[in-house]
Amino acid sequence: MRLDLRYPLGMLFTTFGVLLVVYGLIRPDERAVMAAVNVNLFSGLPMLVFGVVMLWLARRAETSGKPGTGL
Amino acid sequence: MQLQFIDYLILAAYFVFVLGIGLWLRRRVQSSNEFFQSGRSVPLWITGLAFVAANMGAQEMVGMAASGAKYGIMTAHFYWVGAIPAMIFVGVFMMPFYYGSKARSVPEYLKYRFDEKTRTFNAVTFAGMTVFSSGISMYALGRLLQLLFGWSFTASVLISAMVVLLYIFFGGLTGAIYNEVVQFFLMVFGFLPVAILAVDAAGGWQGLTARLEPQMVHAWRYMGSPEQNAMGVDTFTMVAGLGFVLSFGYWCTDFLIVQRAMAANSMAAARSTPLVGAIPKMFIPFIVIVPGMAALALHGMAGSGFELPLKPDGVYDYDMTLPTLLTTFYPSGMLGVGITALVAAFMSGMAGNVTALNTVWTYDIYEAHIRKGASEEHYLAVGRWTTVVGTVLSIGTAYLATQYNNIMDLLQLVFGFVNAPLFATFLLGMFWKRATGHGAFWGLVAGTGAAAATHGLTLAEGKGAWIANLQEFPSTMAQNFWLAIIAWTVCFCLTILVSLVTKPRPDEEMVGLVYSLTPKTKDGSAVPWYVRPDVLAVVVGVGCVALNIIFF
Repeated sequence: MRLDLRYPLGMLFTTFGVLLVVYGLIRPDERAVMAAVNVNLFSGLPMLVFGVVMLWLARRAETSGKPGTGL
Repeated sequence: MQLQFIDYLILAAYFVFVLGIGLWLRRRVQSSNEFFQSGRSVPLWITGLAFVAANMGAQEMVGMAASGAKYGIMTAHFYWVGAIPAMIFVGVFMMPFYYGSKARSVPEYLKYRFDEKTRTFNAVTFAGMTVFSSGISMYALGRLLQLLFGWSFTASVLISAMVVLLYIFFGGLTGAIYNEVVQFFLMVFGFLPVAILAVDAAGGWQGLTARLEPQMVHAWRYMGSPEQNAMGVDTFTMVAGLGFVLSFGYWCTDFLIVQRAMAANSMAAARSTPLVGAIPKMFIPFIVIVPGMAALALHGMAGSGFELPLKPDGVYDYDMTLPTLLTTFYPSGMLGVGITALVAAFMSGMAGNVTALNTVWTYDIYEAHIRKGASEEHYLAVGRWTTVVGTVLSIGTAYLATQYNNIMDLLQLVFGFVNAPLFATFLLGMFWKRATGHGAFWGLVAGTGAAAATHGLTLAEGKGAWIANLQEFPSTMAQNFWLAIIAWTVCFCLTILVSLVTKPRPDEEMVGLVYSLTPKTKDGSAVPWYVRPDVLAVVVGVGCVALNIIFF
């Protein structure tokens, strides 16, 4: 059985992305000493996008009948 | 510094995933080939990222940020003169022999090419070094978490060691490699925001360069003589000592690193592995060194509110640069990700050492000297239990480090002596068919001795000169680089001399092991054209030169 790393990778970063984005939205005033922006929201979004893309790539490889890990 | 619920949640989620990967791989890893070599079937993008991630331990990250604050962009020499050229060399020229010889480890290649004693010398010193390094990695993790959050040293060390133990015990090399890739992305997503925030707070790149001494923002301009820069190193010493001897020695011969490429699914993929890894490696300075520089700039800005932490004795604690940046710029939530990235890096630093130890112990020491010709299941069991023993020894080393710092310094020094001449042995072994086993062995021994003697006869920052003081270096870095140059030269010359007076091996025994006796392979078809070794080597080479020019 071929295990595609993109599944756990995608799941981990989707989880982190969702947690950070939600936290950034409900606690927009959560700030560190020196940051003037909503760091959680802006750092969480790229993680969410990356996670979803990884899951999508893994899914696409599986459904296309070539369960490999690319390259 | 207090963490909130969400930070713990993120850290816990990471632990669950890491363990999950190990257990998920469990069904697959049922043979020794799978356990030690990942069945030589790992895709290129994974081996490539693992190749760099195996080296990106947390000490590396913390240390590079510290050097960024101390020396500025000159620190990037460790990447743009050090790592990248060596990664190109190992991919293009050396991988055909490692991968093509079917050796299961780097010491085993030495056995095929030279003889048993050369292999054993390399295997034993390497095994000792892995236990030491993984212990130090755990020690550093425990200390950092204790310092930042007051967590128990014992709890940090034991929990992280248990997690690593489980995913390697079940997942073998694949478990370690998969987790290294996860760690790589965690570091990028965890540290890139702090780099952007810190540089922005320091007034962007323009503001940053204006606030720092010119020596801090030029990689080469102040390297004419050792007096001009804080590293105390001139151009020759940098290029020969760090660029040639130390970096090639590390990236081209250290089994911990090379093992990742040897797990690739084809010769072309194995050769491209270091080159794929070199692409992100070129840009790592921007997420680890530049934040260190930004920290120094912010420290000097009146009213910025940022200060570099001090040690109890009043000098800057540069090693706290990165953790301090994280706690200053990240709110709860993102702080959890940053801390998770650090913890992940410590754990994979440990895991890399443990997987390399498994293989070297099982094949190069146990099979070679203790029990030959046993069944495959037997060696698989030995490998799994070596994981347990290796982890326990590492924990012991971590505790030893809390008690006896001097022993740790001494061990590190001794391993440095052993490493310094290694690249000469491999270079001659792969490219000069006349080199013999006796030559290689005595060259290595003499090179190691020469390194120790150099340290004993020279003084730098109060270190060394335990025999006599013949020469004083402006910095320990200069001393290290010169020590390596001398060790390499002694090993190189002595290997040639001894080889010339000892009996050469017949050519037919060395096919696939030496450059001139190995037929050129046409291996381009196994990978798409854009990741072929030759194409990547040109891309990486041009990129590396460009970075050196931009930051000249």
